[in-house]
Amino acid sequence: MDFRDSPAEAEFRARLRAWLADNNPGLPTSSTDDEYWARQAEWHTSLYDAGFFGLSWPARYGGHDLPTVFDVILDDELASAGAPPRPSLGYLVQGITVHASDDVKDRFLPGLISGRERWCQGFSEPDAGSDLASLRTTATRDGDDFVIDGHKVWTSYSDVADWCILLARTDPDVPKHKGLSAFAVPMDQPGIEQRPLRMINGITSEFGQVLFDDARVPAANMIGAPGEGWRLAMTIVSHEREPGELGYVARYKKTVKDLEATVRAEPGAFRSDQRASVAWANVQAEMLRLHVCRRLSERLDGVDHGPGGSIDKLLMTWVEQTVGAAALDVSGPQAVTDQDDVALKIYLYSRAQSVMGGTSQIQKNIIATRILGLPQS
Amino acid sequence: MDTRDTAEQAELRRSARQLARELGPSTVADLDDAARAKRLAGAVRDAGWLSLRDDGGDGAPLASGVEAAIVADALGGAVADVAFAGPVLAADLARRAGVPAGDGPVVGFASSLLDAAVVPGSVTTATIHAVDSGGELDAAYVLVPEGSDHRLGQVRIDGAHGAPSDGSDLTRVVHTIQPGASVELVPDQDRGITRDDLARWAALGLAVTSADLVGVMRGVLDVTVAYAVERRQYGVPVGSFQAVQHLLADARCLMEGSVSVALHASWAVDNLAPQEACMAGQVAKAYCARAARTVCETAIQVHGGIGNTWECSVHVYLRRALLSSQWFGDDGEQLCQLERARLGAVDGLS
Ligand SMILES: Cc1cc2nc3c(=O)[nH]c(=O)nc-3n(C[C@H](O)[C@H](O)[C@H](O)COP(=O)(O)OP(=O)(O)OC[C@H]3O[C@@H](n4cnc5c(N)ncnc54)[C@H](O)[C@@H]3O)c2cc1C
Repeated sequence: MDFRDSPAEAEFRARLRAWLADNNPGLPTSSTDDEYWARQAEWHTSLYDAGFFGLSWPARYGGHDLPTVFDVILDDELASAGAPPRPSLGYLVQGITVHASDDVKDRFLPGLISGRERWCQGFSEPDAGSDLASLRTTATRDGDDFVIDGHKVWTSYSDVADWCILLARTDPDVPKHKGLSAFAVPMDQPGIEQRPLRMINGITSEFGQVLFDDARVPAANMIGAPGEGWRLAMTIVSHEREPGELGYVARYKKTVKDLEATVRAEPGAFRSDQRASVAWANVQAEMLRLHVCRRLSERLDGVDHGPGGSIDKLLMTWVEQTVGAAALDVSGPQAVTDQDDVALKIYLYSRAQSVMGGTSQIQKNIIATRILGLPQS
Repeated sequence: MDTRDTAEQAELRRSARQLARELGPSTVADLDDAARAKRLAGAVRDAGWLSLRDDGGDGAPLASGVEAAIVADALGGAVADVAFAGPVLAADLARRAGVPAGDGPVVGFASSLLDAAVVPGSVTTATIHAVDSGGELDAAYVLVPEGSDHRLGQVRIDGAHGAPSDGSDLTRVVHTIQPGASVELVPDQDRGITRDDLARWAALGLAVTSADLVGVMRGVLDVTVAYAVERRQYGVPVGSFQAVQHLLADARCLMEGSVSVALHASWAVDNLAPQEACMAGQVAKAYCARAARTVCETAIQVHGGIGNTWECSVHVYLRRALLSSQWFGDDGEQLCQLERARLGAVDGLS
């Protein structure tokens, strides 16, 4: 056991730090969605071109074939430099890497990893959230194409995406989990309508509704075999649940650091309960950092955590919501008098963590039955 | 960075858990089986676990904080009624003072992190506690201030001033030493105990008590999940009810988070700068102490009425968790320390 950097890790950290000293755009302050996405795209390209992105992904597709622990170093350094977090694509890359044919991987992974092309995840529907397998969007074979009809919702980044990894029903005659297939659908076409949704914090339209009406996708864009959509979706969501994939740890640590600085700057202005709230948020964020270190180290043995991702997702959720609550506590009355209060935004945004990627209740169902071995209810 | 056990650590973890399972109490009634407890104590001694922090020859301990934590975790998991952390912490302190290892007295200190272990002058002015040092203890170490450092003092435990007391924990003994007990400097000390020594020693204390809590959580969860599968109501196992499942899922997550922080704290003891090692211990202890209490309370709830009886073993875990939480300071204490270090001290506010 050694939490220190190995020589190769130390070398990487030093190189990254030196690069960041000259290339750090800083965190975006309040901006419109368009500006925000433009800056994110620039940051992605910049990280990728400098060789600091896709560290643990195959070199063949633009990655670096490094152990996943290098991602921890990247996240760590980005956070302590006050740089934007790395773009979170890991779960999509993982889903495609595990399930797609070589041809599909060669066509799509390089653009996804380099950030030349942007992607969204079209799983959820108005009547199929937790019960995802009951989704009704259909993909019907028509010559060399499939024709898509249906309605997706909560699709993050749908309005900026070039591609959608879409889950649709291709066979209505088999049990619901077996009739689904996945596709890489081009978003820029006549049969697709976007309806942005305003988020709870009032500012961003991070997600939207997507309506498909005779949209088309070439059959060659199917990811995995026909009927394999459910398995691919589960690979994606299980990785979406691992904090190590997301670079979130660093974001939480940064928020805690900012809260600490606020309190330190004016020690007399904060009550002991506010101080305690920040101290506890620090403990939580530190726990998650160390937990991610442990999980990623375990992966050095090729361990696939499978349902273990649900444990990580719950821990991550508790941390984000503890940090969000601490921000609200420190802000005090200002959070209710100033609609643009940063703490208010952090707090409101944190509510989503227990819903997206599968709600906390769904994660607990998985832990109970698949990890603890309790009988199905 | 690689947080996995080395091959030796994995082997120690396996053998420690096996020994604790085989010789630890399987029922509450087993706690009265003196012959079994004696076999357990003998096995722990023979395995060399009490001397993990003795001088390895060059002033460094025989084994790292990680090994000590691995054993503490195993013993906690089996609610093993054997002295371990007390003697190991005493040996660590004695080594730092340059006192030759032997069958000497064992250290004790009260609930707060360090202060209460400090004895001004040569007479204790506050009640101090020697925790987990076995039943037959005739002296305990205390810290005697000397400039900005300390020396090791020894306080006699006799009928007049100190005696074993019945604490909450049914698996470990606490000796309470009353004010007025006299303190003598331990002879044969080569050197004083510096502030850095003390910080590392406290880090070890925080790491092993956190590891003990992790073990307790694992043990009580195993017992409780097994019960939830077996116990039937409405014709089905109670573990099939979602309300019960979610309680247990939460508990499992709290345990996993605790494993992660406790591992780091145990590694930090010998590998980070003294103050950082101490801080890693404070983070771990704050998290594990809160988690352990919730997990043990959950276990009682899931057991229903039985969980509130003396015969049901879950209270043995809770009681052990309460002592391990207080020893070296509970979550509130750790948060205060962290707050002061990270947010600065505020007059009139703690
Ligand atoms: C910020 C954000 C971003 C998102 N991004 C995407 C995206 O990019 N792509 C995408 O496809 N989806 C996305 N989602 C959708 C998300 O995956 C779903 O919202 C989520 O799976 C829950 O589904 P639902 O909203 O239909 O809630 P419902 O399933 O209707 O749940 C309502 C309540 O019932 C509970 N519940 C439901 N079923 C059970 C059960 N079996 N046991 C116990 N409790 C249950 C839930 O926990 C919840 O509390 C996003 C959501 C958010 C908030």
